[in-house]
Amino acid sequence: MNLLPLYTRRRLINALGLGISVLAMLFGLFWLGWILWTLLDNGIPGLSLAVFTQMTPPPGSKGGLLNAIVGSLMMTSIATIIGTPIGILAGTYLAEFGQRGWLAPTTRFINDVLLSAPSIVIGLFIYAIYVVRVGHFSGWGGALALSILVIPIVIRTTENMLRLVPNTLREAAAALGAPQWKVINFVTLRAARAGILTGIMLAVARISGETAPLLFTSLNNQFWSSNMNQPMANLPVVIFQFAMSPYDDWHTLAWAGALLITFSVLTLNILARVLFRQRATTH
Amino acid sequence: MNAELAAPPKLVVNNLNFHYGTERALKDINLSIPEKMVTAFIGPSGCGKSTLLRTFNRMYELYPRQKASGEILLDGNNILDKKQDLNTLRAKIGMVFQKPTPFPMSIYDNIAFGAKLYENLSRYDMDERVEWALKKAALWTEAKDKLKQSGTGLSGGQQQRLCIARAIAVKPQVLLLDEPTSALDPISTAHIEKLIDELKAEFTIVIVTHNMQQAARVSDYTAYMYLGNLIEFGDTSTVFTNPKRKETEDYITGRFG
Repeated sequence: MNLLPLYTRRRLINALGLGISVLAMLFGLFWLGWILWTLLDNGIPGLSLAVFTQMTPPPGSKGGLLNAIVGSLMMTSIATIIGTPIGILAGTYLAEFGQRGWLAPTTRFINDVLLSAPSIVIGLFIYAIYVVRVGHFSGWGGALALSILVIPIVIRTTENMLRLVPNTLREAAAALGAPQWKVINFVTLRAARAGILTGIMLAVARISGETAPLLFTSLNNQFWSSNMNQPMANLPVVIFQFAMSPYDDWHTLAWAGALLITFSVLTLNILARVLFRQRATTH
Repeated sequence: MNAELAAPPKLVVNNLNFHYGTERALKDINLSIPEKMVTAFIGPSGCGKSTLLRTFNRMYELYPRQKASGEILLDGNNILDKKQDLNTLRAKIGMVFQKPTPFPMSIYDNIAFGAKLYENLSRYDMDERVEWALKKAALWTEAKDKLKQSGTGLSGGQQQRLCIARAIAVKPQVLLLDEPTSALDPISTAHIEKLIDELKAEFTIVIVTHNMQQAARVSDYTAYMYLGNLIEFGDTSTVFTNPKRKETEDYITGRFG
């Protein structure tokens, strides 16, 4: 039997499949490259020392983004500090104790819903339960809304990472007579550490670009304010406001702000990946 | 099933039954394990040998649907009793698993982990304990210069000896080995087998193995199991050269299993 036609056919199909995949990849990368290029092209002229040292200006005058950068950093940090412990504890519960009963599957389901909830809904929720009661927009409102976005991400990654820890490791620790809390604290969580850290970083990356939940909560502040009880400036809302305006100075600053956010998120993502790769090689 | 033992029994199993859910995995097991000797459990996959081993430290309690009934006496006390504290039981009965399970911490901390659970040792005493355990597990010369390095960086055979060191650092009386060499190469296997021979001076050892030659090499007593039943138990040379039961003979001569 002559196998040559069959072999040629396989090679053709292989070449076709490979070609289509490469084209699809190039198509995706093209837009990503274009976005980055546009950002760099428009953002770099706007970058200057003033961006990091001056406050957001009124239209027609020079200024920077300092209050927005600091506001974003404060709200993102506080949201991470609130959301991470809750996320890790809940994720640990789901992975280590979630084998029996109805509570864990229910929690997991609700968490999945929360994970995919539109962020504007989270913003409205905090607006209704917090901002309306306090009577004004505030940094705390923004941090709370962002923390609600952090929690489901951290829960999900913590649970997934803990499930990757082989059961034999838990058995080995239990066989030494370690009580369960020691097994979890010193063995399983430690084994999953790099993965959980990656999850936290991705959560930070996610919230640092969120605009919708901040519009209803922290809103914006044209002046310097590090008071969490006052409306607080932040990069996404400033970008939103400045980009929508008719003023050229504001446009330039908006581009600079967009560049800053994108590159800090990119850095966080790369850092997370590097960390994860280290984990993969040491275990 | 009680063979004539050359040493007083350390563990006595009376009418032990074990269930995974509704499936009965061990059927009325009766057996005495002699002190400071090596007892091997052999048999085809799924015969219940690992299950039996895991009842000795009540490992099955980690899983909700597993249940043991009957009696297992450790020095005369029933360890299946509800009042038996699991942690003190596991301090007395250590275990090493099929796959090496180093914890994600330094070699030193791996060994100190278990010892710290029961004893409040000073820095100096802990150093000594770690050295003692590593020497007992024949890992000291290889590991003494890298005690602060991660235990996961060792080779498979070294990791398994680390796990043995970690188990004996607690100073147990019984050591359970669940196919300790099945994931290792022949040289590491030889290391571990030599180690087993040395350790039996101080510990009662129970080993589960798939490898009949290994059972013949390392053990003093052998139990042959099949489908949850203990078919034959006796001193190793008798079981291997002059088995009483036809099933045992078929298995060890390779006609089955």
